[in-house]
Amino acid sequence: MQFTLNGTTVSLDVVGTRRLLDVLREDLNVTGTKEGCGEGECGACSVLIDGQVVNSCLVAAGQVDGCDVLTVEGLAWGDDRLSRLQQMFIERGAAQCGICTPGMLLAAHALLEQNPRPSEDEVRTGLAGNLCRCTGYTKIIDAVLQCRR
Amino acid sequence: MPALTYLRPRDLADAVRLSYQSPEARPLAGGTDLMVMLHAGIVHPQALIDLWSLKELKGIRAADGGVEIGAAEPYTGIIGSTLVAQHCPALVAASRTIGAAQIQNRGTLGGNLANASPAGDTLPVLLAADAIIVTDRRTIPIADFFTAYRKTALQLGELIVAVRLPASARGVRFRKVGTRAAQAISKVVVAVNREPARIAFGSVAEVPLRARSAEAALARGDVEGAVAAVAGDIRPIDDVRSTAAYRRNVAQNVLRDLLDASTSR
Repeated sequence: MQFTLNGTTVSLDVVGTRRLLDVLREDLNVTGTKEGCGEGECGACSVLIDGQVVNSCLVAAGQVDGCDVLTVEGLAWGDDRLSRLQQMFIERGAAQCGICTPGMLLAAHALLEQNPRPSEDEVRTGLAGNLCRCTGYTKIIDAVLQCRR
Repeated sequence: MPALTYLRPRDLADAVRLSYQSPEARPLAGGTDLMVMLHAGIVHPQALIDLWSLKELKGIRAADGGVEIGAAEPYTGIIGSTLVAQHCPALVAASRTIGAAQIQNRGTLGGNLANASPAGDTLPVLLAADAIIVTDRRTIPIADFFTAYRKTALQLGELIVAVRLPASARGVRFRKVGTRAAQAISKVVVAVNREPARIAFGSVAEVPLRARSAEAALARGDVEGAVAAVAGDIRPIDDVRSTAAYRRNVAQNVLRDLLDASTSR
């Protein structure tokens, strides 16, 4: 199978029924994507497939054949230039333990791509599939609102 | 665990052929239920037939005064559809309560139906709307679809292609009661219609069901009679999400509320 991962074409030979999450972490060594619940409840493993946010624990690897996959590694512009959203997460203290952060960033990125000026309610709805047990969400929502265009 | 084969049919005809040849295979759409069950070792099919990207199972179109929705059209498509908003606003409302963006981008009506969870949020809406399930070989009225706990009328290898909602689906009203607003599995789901009289529930029995004696009372215009009859129509249990007593109470109260609201309009 072949797909685009963070702008680069990857070809690999894997059993198509394996979870995309496991193929990313174990075969491609792209470990920014975290496993939380493994049941589609927590959003920690969120990635974008063709611009749509999904839980990679619920996607069979074969299903991304020919697709464009974005993980947290693809958000930054190179190793030392974080995206505006990532920068704002740091400035606003929106990350604590960090396990929800990659998924939270991708859900927020997808939201801002589809709706560049979301209201606070729309941000809350857009991030409703991503659980954070540290921040109480306030700083995360604040960081996303700062990135409105 | 032996490796599970991944099959990706080219088109619907290919999928039907594969499904017919491999009865031990399970159809896969968005994976929101099946991938969890596979990983937990709850189900052990020999192969998955990936229906997700089949064009014949996507899309939403007007049909027979109502609307037809492809079995693999994700909830995000239903939520954004002006056709569904016009022909069955309750289905848009129900789709919005399913998980959040991640699940709405992958979950499908075909999957919700085939999975046949008693807590499937769209299923009472489809029951109250008299939905017709279109498969690769026939049509099945939804009233005949759920046969037992997580069992359906689908035959071996039969694939759901689309769901057709008749013109009467427009009048359906919906309410879900869960622990929180987002990402909740329902404690009680209620969907009602006035014309024809339909009262359907989720999470209060081993299957999504229509409350037939309550419907008979509603057809006579007897709202309080319908509310009272619900007690005999549903079979709630105590489980991790709620208690039977709570579900019975809430089912009746929400039904009264929905019927009162539809009278006063």
